[in-house]
Amino acid sequence: MLEDLTEAERKALAQCRHAVLGTDRPLRLDCGVELGPYRVAYQTYGTLNADKSNAVLICHALTGDQFVAEQHPVTRREGWWESLVGPGKVLDPVRYYIVCSNVLGGCMGTTGPLARDPGTNQPWNLRFPVVTIGDMVRAQAALLDHLGIPDLFCVIGGSMGGMQVLQWAASFPKRVFAAVPIACAARHSAQNIAFHEVGRQAIMADPEWKGGDYRLHGTAPERGLAVARMTAHITYLSELALQRKFGRNLQDRNALGFGFDADFQVESYLRHQGSTFVDRFDANSYLYITRAMDYFDLAGQHGGVLANAFKGTATRFCSISFTSDWLFPTRENRAIVHALNAAAANVSFVEVETDKGHDAFLLDEPEMFRTLHGFLQGAGSARGLT
Amino acid sequence: MSTAPIRVDLQLIADMVEPGGRALDVGCGDGALLAYLVNFKRVDARGMELSQAGVNACVANGLSVIQGDADTDLRDYPDDAFDYVILSQTLQATREPRAVLQQMLRVGKRAIVSFPNFAHWQVRLRLVFGGRMPETPSLPFKWYDTPNIHLCSIDDFRALCRDMGVRVERAVVLNRNSRRIHMPPLLANLFGEQAVFMLRRD
Repeated sequence: MLEDLTEAERKALAQCRHAVLGTDRPLRLDCGVELGPYRVAYQTYGTLNADKSNAVLICHALTGDQFVAEQHPVTRREGWWESLVGPGKVLDPVRYYIVCSNVLGGCMGTTGPLARDPGTNQPWNLRFPVVTIGDMVRAQAALLDHLGIPDLFCVIGGSMGGMQVLQWAASFPKRVFAAVPIACAARHSAQNIAFHEVGRQAIMADPEWKGGDYRLHGTAPERGLAVARMTAHITYLSELALQRKFGRNLQDRNALGFGFDADFQVESYLRHQGSTFVDRFDANSYLYITRAMDYFDLAGQHGGVLANAFKGTATRFCSISFTSDWLFPTRENRAIVHALNAAAANVSFVEVETDKGHDAFLLDEPEMFRTLHGFLQGAGSARGLT
Repeated sequence: MSTAPIRVDLQLIADMVEPGGRALDVGCGDGALLAYLVNFKRVDARGMELSQAGVNACVANGLSVIQGDADTDLRDYPDDAFDYVILSQTLQATREPRAVLQQMLRVGKRAIVSFPNFAHWQVRLRLVFGGRMPETPSLPFKWYDTPNIHLCSIDDFRALCRDMGVRVERAVVLNRNSRRIHMPPLLANLFGEQAVFMLRRD
């Protein structure tokens, strides 16, 4: 399955492990399609202990990937959660066996729209089936089977990663000892779907997108994908953080340019965010993964009652939100906590005071680290981890 | 694991809790009682606390605590979710003490409630002879900034329990030196500075 890779995929797969799954038993997707074989690219840190009781699954967000705690093969930047994962840190590979896989539909080595349809041997592109958060989680579960991990000590993630955490707890309660959904929601709100739609329309409006077949035409909808990223990036920051960081400061000039160059620092910053993003991310993949988030509605999967998703659960939960996160605000996280209470689940809930917006979950937030450390220590002693 | 002694009224409450059960501590503060129940009584203990700082400290210590309000957030829980629902020194700060008690006894098989006695002789003296709102060691606030909006006496509380058809399984009264006193109700209501009640639905 290694033919036809993008440059980014080739670099990614050279730096991580991968498994080809679903050859005997294809993955039954929520849309009804049976997918197989499919590839899951993943990275691990630490070693599985003799009891197989120390596995931690990290679920990445929309544009994250499996390179949690190491230099990224494409961007050469440090891992996206290196503040949390590493020797001496909250998630220490000495103590835990840490697994993170690129999501189904992704573009860092796991099967997605970039791959070829094994039926026709043509590139999937937009003919790739629409995948859901549930499908991503089932692919992760299949990877754990492949790795011989019976159950997880902890599944943790922020944003879309948090959605996967909730889906894990609902779909495989016996395989999840502790669950940490951070800065997320049990369903994507109308406003969040709206922002995603703007991003998708930007991609699809780019003439180079070619109905999704840009690789066949040797083009790339880089402008559209960059605009999608710029829009999304605004939602990851708080108004206060933007104001503090940039204000109305001008970029490399002393006066307004009376034109449409990036006069303001904030414009220049967003353009930079957009243009670097296209080097590491695939436009079709962006369409599919945003769609998976839009479709997520855990209560909808359980007769409209969120508490039913967690009925009888023995999993210990720790939910975390951030005061200035308006993409996944505290009230969305609190709705999860209320549902967990209604299921009499063991749950902790912490709201961290910060002005860094949704992105706070990726940043150096000591209060979040203290919370996670305490929660994992408590859960670890209940699990018998030493 | 902390072995530091906990406040006398918390110790009294802890002594009322059978080991190995499930308990919810409403208004759990810094989590002292929760930690004791978890560590020494093997109780599956959860907490609810109004102040976010208190919640964060508890969770950082490995306790299961959520931010929440006794007046509004007990109704999320299903019937009989806990063996005990505990409310220590918080009843008098709730907006609707009667409704809170009702919720506690719905969510828990038993409720354990501790509160300061507003009929303690020091309180009476200060009001009757001092002519000022009482300030005592268990009621240390000025009238204008007190969180205690629904103070009651031990006899008031008993009357409420009768009214609600709630059975008082145990009642312990402490004097101002935090010693247990054994007196007839009339005197207990005078010399008791605080009380701990264990209740169950009749």
